[in-house]
Amino acid sequence: MKKLSARRRHPLAAVVVLLLALAATGGLYAAFAPAGKAQADETAQSLAIEEGKKLYAVGCASCHGTGGQGTTDGPSLVGVGSAAVDFQVGTGRMPAQQPGAQVPKKKVIYTQAQIDQLAAYVASLGAGPITPTESQTNPEGADIGRGGELFRTNCAQCHNFTGEGGALTHGKYAPSLEGVSPKHIYEAMQTGPQNMPSFPDSTMPEKEKKDIIAYVKAVNGEETPSPGGFGLGNLGPVSEGLFAWIFGLGALIAVAVWVAAHTAKAKKS
Amino acid sequence: MSSQENPEESLPAEQGDAHGEVARNDDPFADPGLPPHKPRIQDLDERAAKRSERVVAFLFTLSMLATVGFIASFVAFPIDRIVYVWPLGHVSALNLSLGMTLGIALFCIGAGAVHWARTLMSDVEVADERHPISATPEVKAKVMADFKAGAQESAIGRRKLIRTTMFGALALVPLSGVVLLRDLGPLPEKRLRTTSWAKGKLLINQNTMEPLRAEDVVVGSLTFAMPEGLKEDDHDFNTKIAKDALMIVRIQPDEIKDKKQREWAHEGIVAYSKICTHVGCPISLYEQQTHHVLCPCHQSTFDLSDGARVIFGPAGHALPQLRIGVNGEGYLEALGDFDEPVGPSFWERG
Amino acid sequence: MSTATTTESKPQQKAPAGERVADWADGRLGIYSLAKANMRKIFPDHWSFMLGEIAMYSFLIIILTGVYLTLFFHPSMNEIVYHGSYAPMHGIRMTEAYASTLDISFDVRGGLLIRQIHHWAALIFLAAMFVHMMRVFFTGAFRKPREVNWLFGFLLFVLGMFTGFTGYSLPDDLLSGTGVRFTQGAILSVPVVGTYISMFLFGGEFPGHDMVARFYSVHILLLPGIMLGLMVAHLILVFYHKHTQFAGPGRTNNNVVGMPLLPVYMAKAGGFFFLVFGVIAMISALFTINPVWALGPYRPDQVSTGAQPDWYMGFAEGLVRVMPGWEINLWGHTLALGVFIPLTLFGLILAVIAVWPFLESWVTGDKREHHIAQRPRNSPTRTGFGVAWITVYFIGLVGGGNDLWATHFHLSINSITWFVRIGFFAGPVLAFIITKRICLGLQRRDAEKVLHGRESGIIKRLPHGEFVEIHEPLGQDQLHTLTAHEQYAPAEIGPSVDENGVERKVGPTQKLRAKLSKGMYGEGNQIAKPTAEEYKEITSGHGHH
Repeated sequence: MKKLSARRRHPLAAVVVLLLALAATGGLYAAFAPAGKAQADETAQSLAIEEGKKLYAVGCASCHGTGGQGTTDGPSLVGVGSAAVDFQVGTGRMPAQQPGAQVPKKKVIYTQAQIDQLAAYVASLGAGPITPTESQTNPEGADIGRGGELFRTNCAQCHNFTGEGGALTHGKYAPSLEGVSPKHIYEAMQTGPQNMPSFPDSTMPEKEKKDIIAYVKAVNGEETPSPGGFGLGNLGPVSEGLFAWIFGLGALIAVAVWVAAHTAKAKKS
Repeated sequence: MSSQENPEESLPAEQGDAHGEVARNDDPFADPGLPPHKPRIQDLDERAAKRSERVVAFLFTLSMLATVGFIASFVAFPIDRIVYVWPLGHVSALNLSLGMTLGIALFCIGAGAVHWARTLMSDVEVADERHPISATPEVKAKVMADFKAGAQESAIGRRKLIRTTMFGALALVPLSGVVLLRDLGPLPEKRLRTTSWAKGKLLINQNTMEPLRAEDVVVGSLTFAMPEGLKEDDHDFNTKIAKDALMIVRIQPDEIKDKKQREWAHEGIVAYSKICTHVGCPISLYEQQTHHVLCPCHQSTFDLSDGARVIFGPAGHALPQLRIGVNGEGYLEALGDFDEPVGPSFWERG
Repeated sequence: MSTATTTESKPQQKAPAGERVADWADGRLGIYSLAKANMRKIFPDHWSFMLGEIAMYSFLIIILTGVYLTLFFHPSMNEIVYHGSYAPMHGIRMTEAYASTLDISFDVRGGLLIRQIHHWAALIFLAAMFVHMMRVFFTGAFRKPREVNWLFGFLLFVLGMFTGFTGYSLPDDLLSGTGVRFTQGAILSVPVVGTYISMFLFGGEFPGHDMVARFYSVHILLLPGIMLGLMVAHLILVFYHKHTQFAGPGRTNNNVVGMPLLPVYMAKAGGFFFLVFGVIAMISALFTINPVWALGPYRPDQVSTGAQPDWYMGFAEGLVRVMPGWEINLWGHTLALGVFIPLTLFGLILAVIAVWPFLESWVTGDKREHHIAQRPRNSPTRTGFGVAWITVYFIGLVGGGNDLWATHFHLSINSITWFVRIGFFAGPVLAFIITKRICLGLQRRDAEKVLHGRESGIIKRLPHGEFVEIHEPLGQDQLHTLTAHEQYAPAEIGPSVDENGVERKVGPTQKLRAKLSKGMYGEGNQIAKPTAEEYKEITSGHGHH
């Protein structure tokens, strides 16, 4: 798990660490802090980092080390960025409960404000992808068709045609994208959580990410129509085959039993 | 067809005749014969029979109504009307209504007919005799004699020249048909051995359609690339991309175990064929922590940090690597074509 | 047949219109003779005899709906940019085949329903053929005189698989395209001629521009034409042989007991067609199948996880998935065993079940006709073999869906693959042993029932305090039914020297035959059915308790 930190450290990181972290957390915190803007920025920011540090010490330090340097139980968080924290904690994956092939999505135990504080603290450890703003992730007006093509090139191989998820090696899996918020999809592409590769802005710019999110929402949203009827999990021929055998052929055999059965006799002799 | 009297030897003899044969006293297992017919309620009670009749008529009427419903749905529902129906979800109103009305219309005809047969038609079981299928010796003898007479009259046995040349002609004539199939496709030649990649061709990012720069590709990321000059609206795009598709990842150079792989990479940026060497699925389930890449079709697993060798599954050899470098302007470029055929193995691959 | 005494109707009163039409037809087609033989043809009633009907009716449904689909489908690989009714595909390049499938689904009223009926009926058709074939197998209904019909049925199943596969590939969507790519890879693995076949089939390199049009003519004309012919032949033979029946009072090898075609069977079988059609139509109203719009058009560089073929090819898919990646490179040639072995196994495993009837008749040497359907328990070796075969088949199916089992049961895909690898060899052996034991147990129970009667559930206390359960003796009909089956004696090689003391030559095939016969009918491989003497001794001796 140490490898993670090594790979995440960008050559430029050391220089811009503080600058970016400050900008990111500041901007973010501003969105939630009711206080007046410019003057309060600096104090709010350091306050958030302070609060985040406290939360971190209680909830994260046992695995990720007291300074985020990582231990044998958890990777270093230096340079993972606020986006990674927002994704991992915001989807309930962190704090992890038990070791396994992969850390699953769970009930979120922190409030968004606490997550932002944690993110601010981790971002202060080293620069990384920044939590996207609402306008960055809002898929409105995006090109759904293009998003579909990008999805099938980059995502469907693991997450299935419509984002129902799929298997990876040795018990790992690509999770279902059903009900995942645009922000979290965006962050996952940016940061590459766990074994998922990242799709950074340099190769997958913001617009393309939006197209993909728009496509996922179009084909796997709450209101997504399934014109042909119940979708059987959208898993393709396996579920269809099972259904055809058990319910299709099953129903027809039940009918056949009725057709061939002897009609009730008037009296038993 | 089977009305003539036939030898019985091909039917086992030990089983008795069907109808009401009295059990022989010495055989407790003897066939007691068909049991007497027991009447149904409908056979005795006209009211029950009437009830059955009404049920059948009701089913047929229901079918008629359903057909009317089918036509009404066809007219009434626009094709794009989506309705929420628990527990199905957001489904097409037209598909649901057409399917259900058609289904009910058909099912009720069937159910009516079967109910009619089951309750009102006679259910007395009848026995039909079987007759052996083989012909009697007399029939067989007649057929053989006829055949011999025919053969003799044709003189096929005597005039050997005719026979031989006829067989020859009949054997040769289908060859024309086989020859005609020749133009179904070209011969393989070297087609499977080459791709569009060549020295100096830039790697085009399939997401942006822009050439990739080395610094664009960060560790842990996954990018797919195609060769410069290939366009999605090319006539042969699909045939080309079926061999050209590339998978680009960046691995810390010291994590790359294979020496050749490190040399063929650019600062840890490696370009592998996206086409599985098993049967050609686009393989790209890249696990960035383990550097394993899995094929979604048959689970062949390759280790991208070790020359893309096969570590699990049915693929027979490693993914071909494309040698890449950076040109003067900082763009990633190919340093030649693949040095081995991409995609599935074939006999001439060697 | 030549009852050509022309019906010179006398100019008295006119016959009813129906009769006159029939007369007209008889004068030209000889329908009265045909009807005489068949109108009151007897068919036995048993639900398992209707499995073939499910298959036949779903085939008819497929033909009906398929003809409708051809009216709207464009079997063309010309590329267009889509701007139709389905928004998530706007601006996407696709073939006309895929676009017209979208149009059928979104622009033709009822098109989606017919597409779904067509596809659901196809899945059910294959499943029904499978269970029908197994019914025939387990009841020994393939024995003389029905071996030819067994082969017809088997061919229908195999051709059905390929017809289904070519149809599944027609919409040129990403899922089916991946399947075709797999097929192409499998063809390439064939030694010597693989590359040539691939080039000829696809008109050049994969995917080319000919695939859909070629598959189309194969799917709608060539294969269904052959299948229709085979199905008619299959049916004619069913009529000609008359249906098998289970043993029972009055049901012998020389008769067939049931209801006449007219009216009962006409109503039941005819009605069953509507029932099957109705059920499939309702399924198609309620459940989506193959939502091609969600899959996207085929591109050889794109793929989705969960890439499976329809179920009937799943067994082949499973074999391919679990095969280790063996590959031999010698003298400049490559033998891709990792693909070629499963490809061969696929054919072999299917062939094994097809030739069983001939193997069995060779071992028994039985030349008689058999019209009594056996109970599976009374042929333990065959039943065990059949279950072993099904086990292999279904283990293959499990292997074909290994990724979905992995995600849905939280297992490792690698473990499932290993389970299937081991199960492929161990499963059938276990299944054979267990099934055979169950069959023998059931035979014993039957013998017990015949000799000692049925357990009545009534407990009686004897004067000396012992409790016994009263066994009711069986009626004669049941006694007959339970003892009606024949039992073969194992074939003997005979003495090794003939009557003159000269050593007899025993060929290896003869030895093999004796060995197989012993394995099927020898001691421990079937339970001797009770004899009349045993029965009499027990019933007269102790009375029955």
